[in-house]
Amino acid sequence: MTVDTVKNAETTPDAAQPHAELGLRDDEYARIREILGRRPTSSELAMYSVMWSEHCSYKSSKVHLRQFGDKQAPSAADVLLVGIGENAGVVDVGNGLAVTFKIESHNHPSYVEPHQGAATGVGGIVRDILSMGARPVAVMDPLRFGAADAPDTRRVLPGVVAGIGSYGNCLGLPNIGGEVVFDPTYLGNPLVNALCVGVVPHDKIQTAHASGVGNLVVLFGAKTGGDGIGGVSVLASETFDTTGTSKRPSVQVGDPFAEKVLIEACQELFDGGLVVGIQDLGGAGISCATSELASNGDGGMHVWLDRVPLRDSTLAPEEILMSESQERMCAVVEPEQLDAFMVVCRKWDVEAVVIGEVTATSRLTVEWHGEQIVDVPPRTVAHEGPVYERPYARPAGQDAVQADGSARLERPTTPEQLRATVLRMVASPNLASKAWVTDQYDRYVLGNTVLAQPEDSGVVRIDEDSGLGVAVSTDGNGRWSMLDPYEGARLALAEAYRNVATTGAKPLAVTNCLNFGSPEDPSVMWQFAESVRGLADACVELDVPVTGGNVSFYNQTGDAAILPTPVVGVLGVIDDVERRTPMAFGLEGESILLLGGTHDELDGSEWAHVVHGHLGGRPPAVDLALERKLAEILVAGSRDGMLSAAHDVSSGGLVQSLVEMALRGGVGARVFLPDGVDPFVALFSESAGRVVAVVPRSEEVRFRDMCTARHVPLTRIGVVGTAGPTARLEVQGQFELPLQELRRASEATLPALFD
Amino acid sequence: MAARIGVVTFPGSLDDRDARRAVAAAGAEPVALWHDTPSLSGVDAVVLPGGFSYGDYLRCGAIARFSPVMESVIDAAHGGMPVLGICNGFQILCESHLLPGALIRNDVRRFVCRDQWLRVENDRTAWTCHYEAGDEILVPLKNGEGGYVADERTLDMLESEGRVVARYLHDNPNGSYRDIAGITNDTGNVVGLMPHPEHAVEPLTGPSTDGLGFFTSALAALVRG
Repeated sequence: MTVDTVKNAETTPDAAQPHAELGLRDDEYARIREILGRRPTSSELAMYSVMWSEHCSYKSSKVHLRQFGDKQAPSAADVLLVGIGENAGVVDVGNGLAVTFKIESHNHPSYVEPHQGAATGVGGIVRDILSMGARPVAVMDPLRFGAADAPDTRRVLPGVVAGIGSYGNCLGLPNIGGEVVFDPTYLGNPLVNALCVGVVPHDKIQTAHASGVGNLVVLFGAKTGGDGIGGVSVLASETFDTTGTSKRPSVQVGDPFAEKVLIEACQELFDGGLVVGIQDLGGAGISCATSELASNGDGGMHVWLDRVPLRDSTLAPEEILMSESQERMCAVVEPEQLDAFMVVCRKWDVEAVVIGEVTATSRLTVEWHGEQIVDVPPRTVAHEGPVYERPYARPAGQDAVQADGSARLERPTTPEQLRATVLRMVASPNLASKAWVTDQYDRYVLGNTVLAQPEDSGVVRIDEDSGLGVAVSTDGNGRWSMLDPYEGARLALAEAYRNVATTGAKPLAVTNCLNFGSPEDPSVMWQFAESVRGLADACVELDVPVTGGNVSFYNQTGDAAILPTPVVGVLGVIDDVERRTPMAFGLEGESILLLGGTHDELDGSEWAHVVHGHLGGRPPAVDLALERKLAEILVAGSRDGMLSAAHDVSSGGLVQSLVEMALRGGVGARVFLPDGVDPFVALFSESAGRVVAVVPRSEEVRFRDMCTARHVPLTRIGVVGTAGPTARLEVQGQFELPLQELRRASEATLPALFD
Repeated sequence: MAARIGVVTFPGSLDDRDARRAVAAAGAEPVALWHDTPSLSGVDAVVLPGGFSYGDYLRCGAIARFSPVMESVIDAAHGGMPVLGICNGFQILCESHLLPGALIRNDVRRFVCRDQWLRVENDRTAWTCHYEAGDEILVPLKNGEGGYVADERTLDMLESEGRVVARYLHDNPNGSYRDIAGITNDTGNVVGLMPHPEHAVEPLTGPSTDGLGFFTSALAALVRG
């Protein structure tokens, strides 16, 4: 095997190089030559190609994402211990503890090979959390698929769910929430986003930097193989054509057991203070880990690449640099602590090898059997990649879409029609029970799960002595973002924020995963720019700082992009998890109150989608000042024992929320719609800023006063009914629905499609 | 002095912390045992927790059976020490031949996590003496390979000797023969159970506290001697 050395590159300046096949543009290749003052070696070209990919460099999104830093929420200085730019942001939650959380996409791999693609998505985000020094404590998976009855969805969904389950379950991390949404635009490009939450004491927070000349660079975990080569560049940063599955070799293969022992080994390394800096290996593998560690640290690193343990001894150095083999970490270790480091790794049977050292050269140099194959300034690889101001423009058809509202659609009016519509909606794939999916995930492991799906947010206890806990919810409505991306992003944040507050937790911080089509399409770029602007503005208004996030572009099939889908995750803190508010109706006779106002807002609604297949008009208005007051009420109501249950009103409207609250506890309700309100609008409108609250009779006056003082609209809409075989949801003067009938409708849909 | 109950951690054990929490909730002192160390640290009873020991690469529990700690556990079990295997622990007990039969992939071919009703059938084992036969209890179930199988003769023997400890109620989740959720050995000190009682010891985090009885039973059995 001939190896392209630095010396060779200097003497053969005109040798042809496959930069285009590696995903680099001509001008990007020219810039690499300019930086180096010569042509890159094949290994250098490999490194730049993966690190300058859209996935790693954020080259199309950077100019917009700056808003998350520029428009900083007032509480940011108090809340954020580590902000945007590290592997994951870190949030102070009190008691000397901090929480780190992040979402990442694994969309394209999960289409090509659903099981492994989704599994390694979990593995990747868990290592991100691990690299902050944290113990991972929970995962969630926001998912989007094509139409539920489409043949390819039957291939993709079961594989994705089994992949998430098999990997997450084997790691011993409870899966506490997420989303499953169907829309035809995701058929050739499902969205598989993975979120992980971790807990770290303040004094154990780690960062990715290689400091201290003479310190050693240790690669530990699984051996390096030929899987996932070019995953970030060839797979994640290009639009799929019809030959998508031919990219299967670019998908990584996961081994959750290797990751489980890596987690435990890392905890012992952190506890022992044995690492100076640490970085996970995910996208772009060793190229990313070494260049980022060096770039964030003293700037110099030397790597002996031939020391990397290989699964396949025939791998070329370029392939080793680009491989995205899973379950690997890279640590910077002081030489005198190396022995202790190795003892921990041996205990957990984790292979660890010194592959490099921190130098004072300001260069990242890589050696292969005594010959220099890389000699680059690390910042140019990791942080000073290309930045594009992609052209963007409001699509020509946007006005027509917004003008085509839902008012012209035929609405049910009679009690019989309303009843039938409720049943149809309850059974529709987006609203139906997701138990078929979530029952494949372990939600119990670690013994700290206080609330899990289908509750409004997942809540885990993080301190058993004090009862301190965190709540996490993710939301995103691609249809609303399609109608108005600025408002859609604000609505996504508002809903995740509301969901966290509904369970009794105070919303603290935000992460996001922005899933869009090709940034080279000005219409898509406009959707993206508007979404970022909306989200950044809304985070300031709600005073929840952004801790980081992920951008996934090129989610389209041919020229057809997915619905713009910003998935927003909100983290909240609850001082005592005993006080959490569940969603189920409980005691007969308790009052059911609707907080917030209902308007005729059916554009982009689930009803318009299910009954008419219609998408047009404008999304519901969002009032963030009201959302803040609503959250204060929900948090205070939980803390002071005024709330028995609460559930937010979103997709499917008020009636869907009532059905979910009834089915959750097997307890019915008697509901009376306010006079003078159109029953259809009252039941199916998707106006934002609303929550159904259940209050004991003894607390009703106090709760009402609290709402009045904050000018939050409150309407008493019913009382909790009875349990048992005769339990039913009664909407007075309209219809009655036995819970058994509702349950059948809700629970039959997914098994019928996917069993 | 409180009874000391050991909980083994294998590489890939997942519910070891939960089992220790349950032991403490029952009033015993939990003692962490390590797969690679033969010593049982003088414990009075042992729990083999759920998880994926050694990655379960070969067959669930097949590698764990040969670990240094299991040699000691097997010896102690033959000597009458109470041993409870939960989920992967049950699989390890079967692989170790401390219990008959085997656990295979769920008949639904999927991992199943749900709250499961069980009927306690045998209230005389070291791990169930705080229940009454016929008690219906609700505990989490979560497994991919939880289908209990054995030949007819073994099943008949288990039934006739009253060695079925618990059965699935209402809906068999994994295709286990005769709805078997747990069994015991002929001396009643070794129990294997597919559902997870350690996840039903706190009202806050479990569907009930019905699982606590397994751990308080062991304490009572130890006192009784």
